[in-house]
Order: sequence, then C-alpha cells, then structure tokens
Amino acid sequence: MSVQFSEEKLTKIGEIIKRYPEGKQKSALLPVLHLAQDEFGGWLDVPVMDYVASLLSIEPIEVYEVASFYSMYNLKPVGKFMFEVCQTGPCMLNGSDDIIDYIKQKLNIKVGETTSDGMFTLKTVECLGACGYAPMMQLGKHYREHLTKEKVDAIIEECRSKAN
Amino acid sequence: MSIKLLLDKANVPGIRGYEVYRREGGYRSVEKALKMQPADIVEEVKKSGLRGRGGAGFPTGMKWSFIAKPEGVPRHLVCNADESEPGTFKDRYLMEFIPHLLIEGMIVSSFALGSNTSYIYIRGEYAWITDILEEAIAEAKQNGWLGKNIQDSGFDCEIYVQRGAGAYICGEETALIESLEGKRGNPRIKPPFPAIQGVWARPTVVNNVETLAAVVPIMNIGAEEYAKIGVGKSTGTKLISACGNINKPGIYEIDMTISVEEFIYSDEYCGGIPNGKRLKACIPGGSSVPILPANLLFTTAKGEKRMMNYESLSDGGFATGTMMGSGGFIVLDEDQCVVRHTYTLARFYRHESCGQCSPCREGTGWMEKILKSIEEGKGKMSDIDLLWDIQRRIEGNTICPLGDAAAWPVAAAIRHFRDEFEWHVNNPELCLTENYGLRHYADELQVPVSA
Repeated sequence: MSVQFSEEKLTKIGEIIKRYPEGKQKSALLPVLHLAQDEFGGWLDVPVMDYVASLLSIEPIEVYEVASFYSMYNLKPVGKFMFEVCQTGPCMLNGSDDIIDYIKQKLNIKVGETTSDGMFTLKTVECLGACGYAPMMQLGKHYREHLTKEKVDAIIEECRSKAN
Repeated sequence: MSIKLLLDKANVPGIRGYEVYRREGGYRSVEKALKMQPADIVEEVKKSGLRGRGGAGFPTGMKWSFIAKPEGVPRHLVCNADESEPGTFKDRYLMEFIPHLLIEGMIVSSFALGSNTSYIYIRGEYAWITDILEEAIAEAKQNGWLGKNIQDSGFDCEIYVQRGAGAYICGEETALIESLEGKRGNPRIKPPFPAIQGVWARPTVVNNVETLAAVVPIMNIGAEEYAKIGVGKSTGTKLISACGNINKPGIYEIDMTISVEEFIYSDEYCGGIPNGKRLKACIPGGSSVPILPANLLFTTAKGEKRMMNYESLSDGGFATGTMMGSGGFIVLDEDQCVVRHTYTLARFYRHESCGQCSPCREGTGWMEKILKSIEEGKGKMSDIDLLWDIQRRIEGNTICPLGDAAAWPVAAAIRHFRDEFEWHVNNPELCLTENYGLRHYADELQVPVSA
C-alpha cells in the first residue's frame, strides 16, 4: 500500500492548516490523523504516521506520542466494523454488561479481538456521552443507542450485508 | 412550567437550519452586541451572574475580565465541547439540534473578547455533530454573521471546529489547549492561566458550550431579567441531562427553583423510577461529584428540602452534600450495587488519567483493582480503609482536577455506603448473585448528620 493522500485530501489538509497561525501547523495533527486513519485502512501504521509527520513538518516522535495518547487512534489493525461498546456507570445501570457478553458470544471473540474473517472488532469504551440512551455503542461515525440483543443481531446483519 | 431560555425553540421543526432559526429570532443578539462596546458586553455578562456550565461554576463575566490584552497579540475564544463526564450529554443535544445557538453565542462572545479566530474543540466521538456544526458555520458565513466585517461593524470573526480523539482529560482547559496545539492532552501547571497565556501562548478564554449559548438570552432579555431567574447565585437556567434508572431520560432545562424530589418524580422531568422501584442513590452533577443516598438527596442535613441549584446541592459540604457539577444527573434504583457502580467509575478515571502526576496515575489504577476485588467477593475489610487512604492521597495532589474527580466518587461511596462495602467483604459468595439492596438508604434521617 502506498502511503499518499489523494489530491482532494491534500487540499483539505491545506485548508485545515490555514485555520491556525503561521508556523503552528502542528495544530492540524489530530484532524490529519483522523483523515489518515480513515484513508489508510482504519489504523495508523508507522509509515502512515511518518507520512503525516512529513506533511506537517514535524518529527515522527511528535506523531507517535499523540497517536498513542488518544483512544480513537488504532495502533493495530482492526476489523472492517468496530463495535465500541460503552461500559461506564450509566450504561452499566442499563445493562451494558449483558450487551457486551452477548456480542462476545455472538461473534465468538473477546474484548479487543477481531473475528477471523476480519469483519468485526469488539472494543469496550468509557463514556461516550449517550447516557440517557443507554446501552449504546459507536459504529463508525454514528452512535447506536437503546441497544437490545435483537438490535445487536440486526446491526450485525446490517454490517454483513454492507460488506457483501 | 419552568422558564426556557435555551430550549424554548428546540422543538420547532427545522430549527437546526439557518432559515428557521433566523425566522424564530436567531442572531438578534449579534445585531445588538455589535452596536455595543465589547467591555459593556463583559459587564452585562458579569451582571447576569452566569456561571460556567461545564462543571466548575466559575462566574463567566469574571473569567472574561481576566483576559490579557497585550498590544499586537491576537486573543482567542475556545469553546469546550469535549463533553465527557459520565452522565453528561447536554452539550451534545444543544449542538445537535440547535447548532446556531452556539454559533450565535460564540460570535457575541468573540466580539466581547476581541477574538477574530475562535475554535470549537469537540470530543472526537461526536463525529456527526462536527458536520452539523460546520454546516451551521457555513450558513452563518453565507448570511454575513461570520467572516470579514460582520454586518458592517468592522469586526472580523471565523469559527473553526477541531475534533479531539478520545480523551476525557481534554475537557480540562489547559489539556484542551495542549490538544488544540496538536499535543498529548497533558494539563499545564497554572499560572500562567489561559487568560494570560493560552493557545500558542496567546490570551485565551475557554468556555463550555452551554455557557456560550446562555450569552444569547442574556443579550436578548438583558442581564437584569436573566439574573431574576433562579435563586441567589444560581441565576438563569441550567440544562440537566438525566439518566440511569428513570422513566424519562433526556435533557431538561430547569430554572433552579425546583426541588430534587420534584425533578425525579414529576412527569415534566424524569417521570419517576421504572417498575415502581424505590430510589437508592443519585449522583446529581456528573460522575465526579459525590453520590448521595436517597435520604440525604431530598433533605439537607439541616432538614431543608434540597433544591436543584448550586448552593442547595452543595449544602452540607462533602459530608452531607454534593455538587451541581455539569448537570449529569445519574439515578440508581434499589436494585443497583453501589460498589459495582463505583468500580465502573474508578475504571473510567484510571482509563482517562493522562499519567502526568503519580498520585493520579498510580492511585486510579490501585483504586480500580481494589474495587474490582471487593465487587468480585475477593476483598478484605482492610481494603475499605486502604481505598479511603488512597483517595485522600490523590485529592489535591495533582496538577489538574482529574485527581479530585477520581477521588471524590470513591470517598463519597465509602462515606455513605460503607455497610454495603462491608457486606461484600463479609458475604464473598452471596455478593456475586445478590445485591445489597435499598436497606436503610431511603429512611428518614432521625438526627442531624454531621461530618
């Protein structure tokens, strides 16, 4: 895989850099890492981080230390669909433990693992700000709320049909 | 019916878009503000009594008045939309459904502070809300409310949205600033305060979403009218995000004159507890604030009815009171286990500690492990005192308030529910299949409680 953003993405990155004062292009690091993760397979491999460093004229270590700090950046490959299920207090009160157990059993994986077909990754996360609509998970850009076992089944089916 | 200043138009169809928002009276506050002197707007906000809605409750006008104005150095307003405190999801609602209210409040505030480039730092997980905000900003710009020479006032202003990437700590203002600069979210030592040296060492004001939105009604109705709403130093309205074991979880705008009991049981608000269960405990201001058992929640130690405002919620200090915090209202019914709930919160804070200060980095992990073992029936009686000791050693010994935020829930759980912890230790097998239940936690207090 060659590590190179499309022209369109490079223009977008140029626009992002202009949001900050001259010489403060490092401020674009978080947004550019989001773009890179979306573009290059859902995770940040070392060559990808090095590429981002070169785009922003910063040292690779400045990218690594940021990528390893924030929980949304994946430093290992992940499945095509990532179930990020909240397990913090308010979700726990509404049965998130059962939902996590159900997904584990249904996909036959543990938390942090990916199914052998590379389709699903299960991750537990801490409070995503959907406490009133618990239990919930993040799937890609959106939240799936008021989860039940039936809803989990439907989401898995939906993902499978999207993948085909 | 209580007064609504922020959500009064929330149910108007199409209010998310510019045209409907403007038709409903949107952007009037900008028209008014641009005809005023910036310093007069700061005075107006001071007079309104508005307090920061992110959790700390610091007077907003006073915060604004601290901003340094060195010659030739740009200043910045940064909106803190990193809402991450468990139980809190009010800013999300405002941004998702009435994005222009935040943009409007930010334009007025940017003008008052002299910020020509302002930023909204939003938590990374609110990815779709980033799109909503960017669309609202584009609409505002098309209609001459942002950009160069806004409404012929000579004032230029741009607003940009910056997405975080999953770190609770970035809700702390100096960590947020670090993150905005493209770094790890490690809080800075204060002083210097952001008002003197904030983002890129420039004077910076960081305000919560709801705080900036509240500037709009303050400008529209005037500080005096705004200050008449509420009680004492709790002026205006407050958004409460209610969750846990209640019939109607969601966002409620309150005017801070209703009682906690009414808030939980009235159909206008939470609508009571599902399945006729009884209330066991409540964390009224986001996971960091002390949990209170039902009896102390409704009545202060002095025997007064506890109200939903800053002063009444904190009445009695931490011995018998709690805090308004961020307004993340978490209700636990009689079937919930306080040990388990506290364990999930300890796990949260361990996960979110930035690792900079050792009391927090080591202490949060230690508390999580001990709570887990008590919860799993593997705890010793001495563990309870050890937990107490650890939280004491974290509190006040860290650069930022995350240490305190991690210590308080553990302290309050032991303070008020010690017998539940002891029951876990004494019943290592039973506690795996049964909960301690309600017991005496809702009983009327017979004698005034003291520390």
